[in-house]
Amino acid sequence: MSESASEAAGVSDVVVPATVSVIGADMVFNRGRPNEVVALRDIDLDVADGEFVSLIGPSGCGKSTLLRLVGNLLEPTAGTITVNGKPASRARLDQDYGMAFQQAGLFDWRTVARNIELPLELRGVDKADRRARALELLELVKLGDFADHRPWELSGGMQQRVAIARALASRPGLLLMDEPFGALDEMTREHMQAELIRICAELGTTVIFVTHSIPEAVYLSDRVVVMSPRPGRITDHIDVKIGDRNDDTREASEFFEKITEVREALRGIERDLGGLGVDDR
Amino acid sequence: MSRSAPTPRSDRIASVVAPIVLGIAFLALWQWFVVARDIKPFLLPKPTAIWSEFWDSFANIRKATRVTATNAFFGLVAGSIGGAVTALVANRFRRVGEMLTPLAAAANAIPIVALAAIFGRMFDSTTETPRRLVVLLVVFFPVFINVLRGLREVEPVHLELMRSLAASPTAVSRRVRLPNAIPFFLTGLRVASALCVIAALVSEYFVGQQNGLGPKIAGAAKGSSNYPLAWAFVVAACALGVAFYLVAILLERVALPWRRGPSR
Amino acid sequence: MRLRALWMALAGMAVLIACWEGYIALGEATDGTVLGFDLPARYDKSAMPHVWNVVTRFGDQAVAGRPGTVGSAVLAACWYTFRVSMVGLLIGVAGGMLVALVMQRWRLAEKALLPYVIISQTIPLIVLAPVLNAWSGQLSVGPIEWQRWYNLAIIAAYLAYYPVAIGALRGLQSPKEHHVELMDSMAASGTATMFKLRLPAAVPYILPALRLSAASAIVGTIVAEISIGGSGIGRLIIDYFQRSTGDATNIAAAVLGAALLGLVVAALVSAFEWTVMRNRQRDAMSEMA
Repeated sequence: MSESASEAAGVSDVVVPATVSVIGADMVFNRGRPNEVVALRDIDLDVADGEFVSLIGPSGCGKSTLLRLVGNLLEPTAGTITVNGKPASRARLDQDYGMAFQQAGLFDWRTVARNIELPLELRGVDKADRRARALELLELVKLGDFADHRPWELSGGMQQRVAIARALASRPGLLLMDEPFGALDEMTREHMQAELIRICAELGTTVIFVTHSIPEAVYLSDRVVVMSPRPGRITDHIDVKIGDRNDDTREASEFFEKITEVREALRGIERDLGGLGVDDR
Repeated sequence: MSRSAPTPRSDRIASVVAPIVLGIAFLALWQWFVVARDIKPFLLPKPTAIWSEFWDSFANIRKATRVTATNAFFGLVAGSIGGAVTALVANRFRRVGEMLTPLAAAANAIPIVALAAIFGRMFDSTTETPRRLVVLLVVFFPVFINVLRGLREVEPVHLELMRSLAASPTAVSRRVRLPNAIPFFLTGLRVASALCVIAALVSEYFVGQQNGLGPKIAGAAKGSSNYPLAWAFVVAACALGVAFYLVAILLERVALPWRRGPSR
Repeated sequence: MRLRALWMALAGMAVLIACWEGYIALGEATDGTVLGFDLPARYDKSAMPHVWNVVTRFGDQAVAGRPGTVGSAVLAACWYTFRVSMVGLLIGVAGGMLVALVMQRWRLAEKALLPYVIISQTIPLIVLAPVLNAWSGQLSVGPIEWQRWYNLAIIAAYLAYYPVAIGALRGLQSPKEHHVELMDSMAASGTATMFKLRLPAAVPYILPALRLSAASAIVGTIVAEISIGGSGIGRLIIDYFQRSTGDATNIAAAVLGAALLGLVVAALVSAFEWTVMRNRQRDAMSEMA
């Protein structure tokens, strides 16, 4: 992360290291009851500082559940989850991560800037500092002119950018993202992917990203983690070292090779299951 | 069946013109019908007769309207505040909510105005208190149900977000549930504003002095057999009901520019 | 879950009764003055009868010297109100459906009528009750002489039509664009689209409205009876109110009867709703696609 880039963005952040360690995690819903579901079994996952990891797999493979375990929105039935060396619950209370969901989830009754200020309000940051930080982040996601607009005045893509800005408000070193671009059209999606890469490169953020889309996973990540359902488990780690991402990346042969590699891994699962679950788009 | 899309501008004009035209046509038809068939005024007076009677007796009409309107207003304000506060309590203490919700559902089915008779005994029936209590009750339940819904029916993504931000339950209430409940409160208020005038009027039939619009209508009809006057009072009552409702709608429009909230 | 809801409802009732009796007890114990303040409401027999007394009153004789208990009088009055309001409900529902169909079919009709329909719910037509009185005995529609209870039914119908009109309109308009396009692509006639798409889609909207309509019809009839008369429960409440000045037990009994009438009607409509929707739940889910 170059000095000039961070200065240009106006974001005077210290790079916050963030690591995630999942060991032997199980997640069983409705244990002991007739509708018991084993969402995850024996998950081991290590995410290094600054790494961008995608979770991909057919429906029911537990990728969203795994994300929520890391974020301590759920408690695992077995195993340990460590974020930055602390238990996941501690990490949540310390706001060590920011989360983005498939719906932007902005509050209609607040302006864009006030939406971004929400995490800071909860931490008791004072008004002036909050406002300054919100404006900084708006510049970062290139929505500087929209500070006092209302969420419904923004397009879907813009709302998601605000949601990402909100997720970065407390300077977390880790971003957890659950198909944030799923509801957007293809072109907006590609644009948002490029933006996300840029922001994470500047801030050195660690990211765990859940997606249905193979090209998206390959474009964004350093590593694609392939999961399969029934019970949910990790079947493959695929390194995606194809250099810095830019506009040409999507047309490079290595890009397509990696996509094929991921697709093959998923087809393997498909064969075992006999069904479809992932986008080839 | 193909549909041609009307231009937005002609659409908007039609939305305003069509009801006006219909209203005028209706009144014209009414007038013609009474005159042509020589209908006796005690059955159906002419619109023109009602109009002139309205202005002749304007002072009386205004006095009676004031009585009904203040009763409706008092009951509306007290009932809304009561309903909203009770909903906050019911949201905070589950047991309270569980006890009150079936009662509120039952209240929907019960003719609350019948309680006016009991209130007329409990309180001095020469005061407006029994009537205002009836309005209060009629207003209370829709507001209570709506506000409680608003506090509870929060979007799951908002709750997940707050949890991911390690927000305390108080913070969630303050920053999510309460703002979320405001559109619901205004919806309840809208429903209540339509009901409060009717409740005020109806309670006048059950109890109290001969001073509101309700008894005046009955007095003009039965007592002095002045049917145009009775209808003039009816017009005032209708106008009052519409006025309350329009104010509530205006409030909703102003406070909720994003037109959120459930439709009832 | 259902059982718990029932328990809580009963608990709520118990709390209400406790408050009622508690207030009476407070009044009697302190002789009406607490801490220098007069209690706001009268608490003696002429205003707040004991709950148990009200219950037992149903078995007592209604009028001295004549047969018939208070209970039977209340029951007869409720039956009268029930029948009249059901006629009104039928007319109101039919009228509401008709208005909704017209408004859905022609957009111009919707524009012209909808403001009036919405405003009509704020207009207390009940105020016309004393005026309508003049119609009975004087008016004849063809060979039928206008009876007193027709007025009651009209008012009930007026109150009942609004929920159905709005609910039906919303329901008829509810099919999504792609459903309608599907019917068009199959060259379905307007009637076919109405019967196969819009009307079935409207049912889940009409049924809840029906509950509201039924309740409104009951309330409307009861209130209209005050000015118009008849032998319904509304009239009975007023009679007791005017007659028994020293004892409010009869009034309370009649009011209780009216409340029970409302609940019974609500239960009937809910049962009807349940039988219609029972087979549709699964259909509705598949249509949701």
